[in-house]
Amino acid sequence: MKLTIQDLRCIRGGRVVFDALSFAMKSGSGVELSGPNGSGKSSLLRMLAGFIPAAAGRIHLEGGDDEASLGEQCHYVGHLNGVKRALSVQENLAFWAEYLGGGDIESALAAFDLESLSHIPAGLLSAGQARRLGLARLALVNRPVWLLDEPSVSLDTGSRKLLSTAISTHINAGGMVIAATHAPLGVKFSHTLKLDAGGQS
Amino acid sequence: MSAFMSLIARDLRLAWREGGAISTALGFYLVVVAILPLGLGPDLNLLARIAPGILWVALLLAALLSVDRIFHNDHEDGTLEIIALGPLPLELVAAAKATAHWISIGIPLTLAAPILALLLNLPAEAFWVLVLTMATGTPAISFLGALGAALTLGLGRGGLLLALLILPLYTPVLIFGVAAMNAVITGPSPFLSSYLILCAITLATVVLAPIAAAAALRLNLN
Repeated sequence: MKLTIQDLRCIRGGRVVFDALSFAMKSGSGVELSGPNGSGKSSLLRMLAGFIPAAAGRIHLEGGDDEASLGEQCHYVGHLNGVKRALSVQENLAFWAEYLGGGDIESALAAFDLESLSHIPAGLLSAGQARRLGLARLALVNRPVWLLDEPSVSLDTGSRKLLSTAISTHINAGGMVIAATHAPLGVKFSHTLKLDAGGQS
Repeated sequence: MSAFMSLIARDLRLAWREGGAISTALGFYLVVVAILPLGLGPDLNLLARIAPGILWVALLLAALLSVDRIFHNDHEDGTLEIIALGPLPLELVAAAKATAHWISIGIPLTLAAPILALLLNLPAEAFWVLVLTMATGTPAISFLGALGAALTLGLGRGGLLLALLILPLYTPVLIFGVAAMNAVITGPSPFLSSYLILCAITLATVVLAPIAAAAALRLNLN
């Protein structure tokens, strides 16, 4: 599987955020996006997920499911956790498993150390625990491309380790990870993509 | 299909757990219908004559209270983004959420209407038409509401704007719903012609509103 990005241009509010951005990655590799605030890391991830249309250029996933859009083969973890406060931890994951298609809830709970919290309403979780619940989706439903936008926000040291283990496991299993982060995730990424505030990479 | 049903099931469960929307809508419906006779005086003939209109207008307003919640909560906590990456096209997502709104709000309001009709001295022969027309019209109310909710999604306090956008779109439902009831109570126009137009409005809305709502959602995810 190969993800190719060619001459991508992003315009937000009339401003060119980045232009002529090209890179390619194979399955089993990870790309770390770095750059100052406003350099377009989040915009790039949202563009890959299909939320923002590209002003120019092309995004292509080779060897994936031709019937599905790229977004349907991606996990997108943004600034929000997508956690329903009125549902328990277990029910939150059960809905995602059913809606996104399959997955083992028990192992997803175990991957992010949530087993002891599984019957607690998600509204009572701390910020870090809610983040872990949001991330548990990654382990729950198998999708080849992970788009992570500051995934380690509000996680403690132990939880960061769980996250880096999950990312490494996914890369070793032939997945692709694109992560924007300021704090090091403790994962060896095969490439680093630097975005400048000026709009070049 | 299972994704569609799981979305409806989740929304119904959330509506039941959070509880506020259903009780607010029912309470509002009761209060509006109960205070109008106090303002109009105890003329039973007058009340019977305007009962269909009052019941319908109050139903529209009560449904409007909860309509902005259709997408708002999912947008706020990030769930909508993940739902958008699921197997369902956004058109079906909008349809599923509007259906869940209809089941959780439209049906309870429809079932409460005959009880409130007693307060307004609605003629006994009109009770079945009341329930029938409301059961037919409320899906259109939920689906148009979903369209308005999607359009006003990004606008912090979109509630009032939503009412301005959506209430004019509700007028055909109101007109033909009330006309079908009046046909049975006073005549002389036939019941069926108004009722079938109401059916047509609902069917067209159920098909078209999700398409427009999905376009609005795409803009909001941008």
